[in-house]
Amino acid sequence: MILAAEGVEHHPLVPLWQELVIGTIAFALLCFVLLKFVMPRMEAMYQARVDAIEGGLKRAEAAQAEANQLLEQYRAQLAEVRTEAARIRDDARADAESIRTDILAKAREESDRVIAAGRESLAVERQTIVRELRAEVGGLAVELAGRIVGESLADEARRKGTVERFLTDLESAGAR
Amino acid sequence: MSAQLVAAEGLPWPPGVKDFYLPEVAGPFVTKFTLMIWLAVGLLIIFFMATYRNPKLVPGKGQWVAESIYGLVRDNIAREQMGSAGVKFAPYFTVLFCYIALTNLFGIIPGLQISPNSHIAFPIVLAAITYVMYIYLGVRQHGVGGYLKQSLILPGIPWPMHFLLIPIEFLQTFINRPVTLAVRLFANMFAGHLILLVFTIGGFVLLASDNVFIQATSIFSFIMAIVMAFFEVLIALLQAYVFVTLSANYMGSALASEH
Repeated sequence: MILAAEGVEHHPLVPLWQELVIGTIAFALLCFVLLKFVMPRMEAMYQARVDAIEGGLKRAEAAQAEANQLLEQYRAQLAEVRTEAARIRDDARADAESIRTDILAKAREESDRVIAAGRESLAVERQTIVRELRAEVGGLAVELAGRIVGESLADEARRKGTVERFLTDLESAGAR
Repeated sequence: MSAQLVAAEGLPWPPGVKDFYLPEVAGPFVTKFTLMIWLAVGLLIIFFMATYRNPKLVPGKGQWVAESIYGLVRDNIAREQMGSAGVKFAPYFTVLFCYIALTNLFGIIPGLQISPNSHIAFPIVLAAITYVMYIYLGVRQHGVGGYLKQSLILPGIPWPMHFLLIPIEFLQTFINRPVTLAVRLFANMFAGHLILLVFTIGGFVLLASDNVFIQATSIFSFIMAIVMAFFEVLIALLQAYVFVTLSANYMGSALASEH
């Protein structure tokens, strides 16, 4: 506008219609291009990023919660195992104690039994021996007496020889 | 004094409305302003196409910038003003925000140095789109009668008050909203450019003085111009944010079930 140069100023609040046209077309073009080709991708990217961040946070939280739960579980299990182990140890100790006393009692009983049996057999043997000896001594005494009587008047040497023989016989019988 | 200086140095002092209506480049459709609009559209398309040609879940630098803008608009404007229904509109708001912010920033970019939004035609286009969108959304949500009732009739008011309140509410919702939306953006950019002109050209005017003391004061004028240029960056981004936030707010209130 060269109106100003001619002294007739354009009123600033009155728009130039040519500028209205250009402004409308240019802004419409800008809107068309950006709203069609750029902004939808921008919103999509914005959403994707929000998802990525929030999803990541959620995943991390879930993982954390799971880890905490596992830790708790392991702790509980560990405590359980510890009490179990303690219980087993106590049981084992008690068992060992009772087994020891049992074995001791049994051993004592066994030894008593063995001793008693030994004593008994000893007594029986002794009795048998005494009985046998008694019979044998009697027989021997009778035999000896008979021999002595049978050779009553023989000489001293012979008598001595008889005795000697008898004794030898005895010894040889004992050795046999 | 100023008239003499303009005559002497050819400086356009004082700056005025005429500084906003530059000579045409080639006909009324091809001016510095329309070319800047095409430049903004081209830059934004190239930027977003380049940074989002191949988006990754872990973004690169450009993609990160593009997504930061989108995230800001999506979460701090659309969701804040419209709730979960706003996410659907976040792409449009993002385009709107980038377009306004970039065209506003043209006001301090060397070589361009004026925002296209200091011509009210461009803010009017954007405000009209918002206007049509929130009325369309309100009518689609509630029906014509429902939407009028929802936006004009305040609940819990004694009935005679409606004679006063209905015209006010009508003016508020259907006239003031689009007009203020367009004028706010336009006026901020217009005033910003005017301030920069005042301090920059004013500096040169002071420098052209015959008095050495007046020449020395031009330094303050230039410093002020630089400070105001930085201030303009803030204004540019803030106005883009405000425009988009209000658009979202209007659309949100059209969708709301209560006034």
